[in-house]
Amino acid sequence: MKVPVAWLRSYCDPGTSAEEIADALTMSGDKLERLDRSGVGDPAGFVIGRVLEAEKHPNADRLSVCAVDDGSGEARTIVCGAPNVAAGQTVAVALPGAVMPDGTKLGEAKLRGVRSSGMILAEDEVGIGTGHAGIMVLDDGAAPGEPLAGHLPIADEVLELEVTPNRPDVMSVYGVARDLHAVTGAELAPDPAAEDAEASGGDQAGDHASIEIDPEICLRFTARVFEDVKIGPSPLWLKQRLLAAGQRPISNVVDITNYVMLTTGQPLHAFDLDRVRGGRIVVRRARDGERMTTLDDVERTFTPEMALVCDAEGPSGIAGVMGGQISEVSDSTTRVLMEAATWVGPNIMRTSKALGLRSEASARFEKQLHPEQAIAAQRLAARLMVELAGARLVPGTLDEYPEPREPRTVPLRQERIERLLGERIDPERVGEILGRLGFEPSGDGWVVPPWRDSDVRREVDLIEEVARVHGLDKLPTTLPARRAAVGRLTGAQRLRRRLEDVLRDRGLSETVSYSFTSPRALERLRQDASPLRLDNPLSEEQSVMRPLLLPGLLDAAAHNTAHGRDELGLFESARAFRAAGALDAAPAESPGGVTPAEESHHLAALMTVGRRGGWRTPELAADFYSARALVEVLLATAGADWRAEPSEHPFLHPGRQASVHAGDRELGFVGELHPEVAGAWELERPVAVLELDLDALEKGADDVYRDVTSVPAVRQDIAVVVPDDVPASGVEAAVRAGGGDLLESLAVFDLYRGEQVGGGRKSLALRLEFRAPDRTLTDEEVAERRAAIEREVEKLGGGLRA
Amino acid sequence: MPERPNLEELRREAEEAIGAAGTAAELEDLRVRYLGRRSALTQVLRSIGELPPDERGPVGQGANAVRKALEALIERRDTELGSAELQRRLAEDSIDVTLPGDPPQPLGHLHLISQIRRRMEDIFVGLGFSVLEGPEIEYEYYNFTALNHPPEHPARLPQDTFYLGERVLLRTHTSPMQVRAMELQEPPIYIVVPGRVYRPDTPDATHVPMFHQLEGLAIDVDITLADLQGVLLAFARQMFGETTEVRLRPGYFPFTEPSVEVDVSCFRCSGTGRVGDERCPTCRGEGWIEILGSGMVDPNVLGYVAGKGYDPDRVQGFAFGMGIERIAMLVHQVPDLRMLFENDLRLLDQFGAGP
Ligand SMILES: [Zn+2]
Repeated sequence: MKVPVAWLRSYCDPGTSAEEIADALTMSGDKLERLDRSGVGDPAGFVIGRVLEAEKHPNADRLSVCAVDDGSGEARTIVCGAPNVAAGQTVAVALPGAVMPDGTKLGEAKLRGVRSSGMILAEDEVGIGTGHAGIMVLDDGAAPGEPLAGHLPIADEVLELEVTPNRPDVMSVYGVARDLHAVTGAELAPDPAAEDAEASGGDQAGDHASIEIDPEICLRFTARVFEDVKIGPSPLWLKQRLLAAGQRPISNVVDITNYVMLTTGQPLHAFDLDRVRGGRIVVRRARDGERMTTLDDVERTFTPEMALVCDAEGPSGIAGVMGGQISEVSDSTTRVLMEAATWVGPNIMRTSKALGLRSEASARFEKQLHPEQAIAAQRLAARLMVELAGARLVPGTLDEYPEPREPRTVPLRQERIERLLGERIDPERVGEILGRLGFEPSGDGWVVPPWRDSDVRREVDLIEEVARVHGLDKLPTTLPARRAAVGRLTGAQRLRRRLEDVLRDRGLSETVSYSFTSPRALERLRQDASPLRLDNPLSEEQSVMRPLLLPGLLDAAAHNTAHGRDELGLFESARAFRAAGALDAAPAESPGGVTPAEESHHLAALMTVGRRGGWRTPELAADFYSARALVEVLLATAGADWRAEPSEHPFLHPGRQASVHAGDRELGFVGELHPEVAGAWELERPVAVLELDLDALEKGADDVYRDVTSVPAVRQDIAVVVPDDVPASGVEAAVRAGGGDLLESLAVFDLYRGEQVGGGRKSLALRLEFRAPDRTLTDEEVAERRAAIEREVEKLGGGLRA
Repeated sequence: MPERPNLEELRREAEEAIGAAGTAAELEDLRVRYLGRRSALTQVLRSIGELPPDERGPVGQGANAVRKALEALIERRDTELGSAELQRRLAEDSIDVTLPGDPPQPLGHLHLISQIRRRMEDIFVGLGFSVLEGPEIEYEYYNFTALNHPPEHPARLPQDTFYLGERVLLRTHTSPMQVRAMELQEPPIYIVVPGRVYRPDTPDATHVPMFHQLEGLAIDVDITLADLQGVLLAFARQMFGETTEVRLRPGYFPFTEPSVEVDVSCFRCSGTGRVGDERCPTCRGEGWIEILGSGMVDPNVLGYVAGKGYDPDRVQGFAFGMGIERIAMLVHQVPDLRMLFENDLRLLDQFGAGP
């Protein structure tokens, strides 16, 4: 909302600068977006002049050489190109040195051999109109040399305010003035829409036109008839106000509709009554597919959701959004039907969104105006029609208002204000604030004025009014009592942080990718299950919810590789999504805490480097084991008892992958990326990945003390030779079976293949630790266990190496 | 019998020789010469028995004193020689300490968003709030209806919300967790809810279709707007610096009443609006930065969970929501929101030192 400051001051002038006015409004809820200027920046150098002589330029037919009295006592020579310049006129003059609205400084110039020192001004040259056909000829009252700004609003400031959706009342200059009055206490001028024009003539509006509405889409429709209308330009003061408010002046009648809207917040529409077929206005829903050309020269197609204003033969405007061309006011118009209606806000909003057509009118109607505002706007418009367009107001108002609204009274308890705000506000002060805003006391409550009807419905809404005008800067600063409230992270949240830190501390960097991905990415990962799909994605690339984090990591790897960073360690910690059931079965009532889809928190990592190389350490490319090492440390940190099992994920190297299990739950996978998948993301280095579902981790119990110091452990290293196809997990199982309860731990520390063990065989070196809880083990006991292990290993076709 | 040697002379001679010994071998030779079985001193001590009884005491004591002194001297010299030897060896082992450590210990980074999110969570945990998370695929009921958005509210339109089916959507804010949390837990309730949210915005410097918010909710019998100011001031001072001020401005949100926008004094220019001779780029010269929206929870919202102990006549409280990226961008002066989702290590690696 653009609010010209001079216009605002004409209703309420606190006597402070525009900046201070803007601050006061900002702190009461009408936030300043920008403070602009309109017209000239500095009014110095702009004065009243009188044309003493105007002679034809000796060398140019279209130019006049004028002698202008600028009050200095000495006539000034100005060359002027306007056809209407003549001796005796009082005119607006810019002297050399004056700064024009575009920032240029006016200098002296020679025009076809004649020195011109200054400029006689047209209205567009100082931003108070759009006319450039001739110079402005002013009333003769002003004396030459007087500052021009004293006679014409050539310099103004404009507040651009951000209006919240609940405040249609401040989409008007008088509404803003009312807020300014409330916060500053500066006097508020009487409502400009309070007084009506005088009608004349023996006819009635009903003799000229009739109206018919559909009350479902139109709450009130008022119309007045004007005859003997003289279309012409608006006066400068009005044009300046429109221009400063961002509206282009067109003609007096159209300008009046815009001016009244900007003043009161109620949009109007002027019809050329002679072009309203049948003299009849019908408000109805559009027929499906019905078409009309709007004022912006676009043909539009409608649905039955939309409301149209029609005449006897067809649509002439989209209700509350934009008029049509058919009955537009033109230069030849002499009879005007002035419409001020009240529409259903949500309906206007839907129509405007559906058509992609927002107008000053729809922006106001969609916030829901009150029917009383329509008739108020008619009053101000009628006065201006009579004053500025010489019109005769035909007696009577056509007024379809099927369900008149009773004013609402909202109760307000003083103690409730203090209880909600934490601040006591004096009852007199409360009364003062609400009174200034136009509320009237009534018993225990306040009667809501029409312009606040859509917003103030409950006690709490009144308290908000009191708080915002009283000043939130006066609010004390306190802390809640926090009874029984203890702040904490959950165990799962703490664990998630630790696991993220584990990866970070091993040199991996965290990425954040969009939760949606492309179906193509999932195809490349050979995912069969159909993912959750958005109904209205921004693009196909972001159209499905990812069932795993891997695609985001691959995109990140591809991005960094393309930018010259291919030694990568990346991870992401985020949700993955799967369907939990049919999504169209969603209830309208509370679903009682269930979730529509299955979401689980995953932790995934991608690496192209197993170990970074240094000046004396060779780099190791990432492979299965470097990713598995991360799984080991992650799950050890989580305290999970887990195992790797061979798996068949189609996006991983078929011989170098495993699924990760804990108990009966599958946590995820680890492996080397299938070279074809890596190729699809243009990754040339080997890529190792892992992804774990953290929500599938069992919540670990707290650790309990075990005595490991009173009784020493016995260490023994063994070398197990087995056929090549026996996996390490098989050897481990055999050793554990043989070692029994006394075998406390076991770790593989070497793998050997070669001559010493023979072809088709391998040797695994294991470090064993035996311990009995209650005694020191004897050599015999350990030897017994070793023999048992040997027997188990032999069952695998292997043996112990001496 | 041989003439008895002069012990004093012997001692002086030995002390001189020991002090001059340059190697462990030399020192060993000296030890044999002066203290060995055939040394003059040993001879003296052995032959004490042959002396007249009245001389035995003084001579024995004198010789023993010399022996002890020489032994101590040799031991000290031995230590000296040993440490000199070690020093020489260590000097030969010198290396170039300006070479980098090896193997390299790569420094990983949490994403800027995670760093800021954790800082925010920790601050609110300290203020007595628990951290909750909610579903990102959400019911329209929790995202809009129970948050007092009327059926015709424009935010519900597909232009502003991603849908996955009728009445199922990607949450557009973290606020739906307000209602979910109240359904689960009776008052008093003090929670913050961090998480991803989604809006169909075409990406530009300040818009992306997915970003992060942190929601706050506090409900009890007597929580006031003044308490909201206190909590947010405490947060702002920990997040942006101890001298930060907050400013509440009236605002509008469907699910709070009164609603307030919250500004913090600019931490870059200390609220002056200027950095050197330039307009402060962080607050665009205003001295204040809008960081969040909040307000007192609307009675209509409480009405949806009135059966769970949230009778709007009995309990009241505040809610707030802020963008994590916005705060990250302000604190770290990141100029373009899209950069946070490119996952470019050249950017990610810039952040992560410090607390
Ligand atoms: Zn600043």
